[in-house]
Amino acid sequence: MQLRGAGRRYGERAALRDVTLELEAGRTLVVFGPNGAGKTTLLRMLATLLRPHAGEVRVLGRPLPDDGYAVRGRIGFLSHEALLYRELSGRENLRFYARLHRVAPARVDAVLEAVGMTGRGDDPVAELSRGMIQRLAIARAVLHEPDLLLLDEPLANLDPAAAAQVAPLIGPDSGATRVVTSHDPAGGLQGADLALGLKAARVAFLAPTAEIGPAQIGELYR
Amino acid sequence: MRSTVATLLAKELTLEWRTRESVPAMVLFSIATYVVFHFGLDRDRVTGDLASGVLVVTLLFAAILGINRLFVAEHEQGGFDGFLLAPVDRTAMLVAKAVALFCFLCIVEVFALPAFALLLLGPPLTQALPALVLVLLLANAGIAVIGTLVAGLAIQTRARDLIVPLLALPLLVPVVLAAARSATPLLQDGGAGALPGNWMAMLAIYDLLFALIAFAVFDFLLED
Amino acid sequence: MLTGAFAMVFFYAPLDADQGFVQKIFYVHVPMAIVALIGFVAGGICAVMYLRTRATKWDMRSYVSIHLSVILAVGVLVTGSIWARASWGQWWVWDEPMLVSFLIVFLLYATYWPLRFSLEDKEKQARYASVFAIVAGAFVPLNFAAVRMAEAYIHPQTGATVAGGLPPKMGLTFLVALIGMGLLFATLVKYEMASKHATFRLRALRRKLAGDDDDLMLSGRSAAPQL
Repeated sequence: MQLRGAGRRYGERAALRDVTLELEAGRTLVVFGPNGAGKTTLLRMLATLLRPHAGEVRVLGRPLPDDGYAVRGRIGFLSHEALLYRELSGRENLRFYARLHRVAPARVDAVLEAVGMTGRGDDPVAELSRGMIQRLAIARAVLHEPDLLLLDEPLANLDPAAAAQVAPLIGPDSGATRVVTSHDPAGGLQGADLALGLKAARVAFLAPTAEIGPAQIGELYR
Repeated sequence: MRSTVATLLAKELTLEWRTRESVPAMVLFSIATYVVFHFGLDRDRVTGDLASGVLVVTLLFAAILGINRLFVAEHEQGGFDGFLLAPVDRTAMLVAKAVALFCFLCIVEVFALPAFALLLLGPPLTQALPALVLVLLLANAGIAVIGTLVAGLAIQTRARDLIVPLLALPLLVPVVLAAARSATPLLQDGGAGALPGNWMAMLAIYDLLFALIAFAVFDFLLED
Repeated sequence: MLTGAFAMVFFYAPLDADQGFVQKIFYVHVPMAIVALIGFVAGGICAVMYLRTRATKWDMRSYVSIHLSVILAVGVLVTGSIWARASWGQWWVWDEPMLVSFLIVFLLYATYWPLRFSLEDKEKQARYASVFAIVAGAFVPLNFAAVRMAEAYIHPQTGATVAGGLPPKMGLTFLVALIGMGLLFATLVKYEMASKHATFRLRALRRKLAGDDDDLMLSGRSAAPQL
């Protein structure tokens, strides 16, 4: 994954400007920054949902937005919103996405099992707690075994047990290249290779995690 | 493409079946509109051009309700993102939504047409029915295509409920015109007249042309 | 200079008006209608170009040409109504297909601003407005065909008024008036583009003076595209 001077405007305001970074396959990038710093914009841009307004973006070796169609099925995007229909059950939602991604239906049950939702899989999403919805959202993101995981605060609303349960799917051992946003200095740095700090749509720091301490991250939120 | 459309359509119909959000409201609205026409026109029974006008205009207004709701679930529950992340042809969304809207309109008519015959229509419906069904199917197709396009245009705007009727009504004038003129001889007193071929042809051509236009531009409404 | 040509036509035109004073409105009404229609279709073509190139100038062109066409359309409706009053004694006649079609087209295009205005992101605004312009641009001829068919069905003779049946002198005046109106339109488009461009440059410079940052230097929200 490569970005060179990537930027995106929202109206006349820059949502993200001049981001240059490179991430090798299988590595993890953690992104810190206060609300509105551009974390979500960066993820959505990498997910092909927003087209970059400036600079070059390459994902899985393909330039965006031109080759978006080629990488789309290989990206797992866990956004703020669960991207699940509230009136359908978890299982129905996953079946729906499985068909769109041309994944075998058996995979749905396997993923439901892996996030510990087999028991509540047939309840409408509207009746589930936020933690359960988050688990289903994780199941949806990894359904098609993506090569690149884009995770927007993946552990939000999850208790420690649930977090441990989903770790094999979205953690460092999942084998995928990962971009993770986080507000938690210690937890975020864990298992990451590279850290990016964003503040007011600009890059504040970009360095291997070993060189980044809680102090620098704390500085972002000041 | 075909399997994607089938998947999307199945989801669409399941959602409508679960929530029963659009179709019952459209049916009730149609029947209420007939009652309003009864008082507004001060007529107990209508025939000919008046009957076809009442029928088609009511259908159009009921359709506006459905068009307004068409993309709401996608917009509010992240369905757009989920769909855009999948490696599928984006036009499938247009096709599935238009077919879903077409189905909704047909279901509405199954209830609204008997209600119309019962409440307002002068001549008996039975002999006109086969030809009338044909007219309504063509009208539904036009409303479905244009409605989906308009709903896609309006969904991201803040004033969605205002923009949908403002866009849809002028765009649907030719459909209303052709459908009403086609249906007029069918609803005349003293037996159904022949179906006017030129109006049917115009309706079909209009449907087809707009389907092509929608096909060409719909992708641009989805990307960001 | 181009407007000068148009003014000349205005002074030349009355010479031929031998069917009473009101007939002269024909030289304003019909060219205005034709130019407005061409403007609408041109707006659609510019919108196609925008979606192809994603260059803001095409969105701007589309916007300006629709903007001016809507203004002309108002003129067409007003002059048409006056003409109708003079020749048929009524301000509005439903069996004049041109006028009815124009009303429908005008109603459709009137939604162009609400649509633009209710989208905040400029890029999205341009994209949606372009889709609208293409759909509406294609709708214009279709709508005319449909309404004309509706009227021809009942009153077969209302159709042919414009091109045929004019004495050569009037035909020439009409042609010059048409060209004049076209040139007026082109001039206005150019002028409007230049003014939009200047406003934008001014804002950019002011922003630069204020120290480069992009926040909240806006003079209020606008539905117009920016370069």
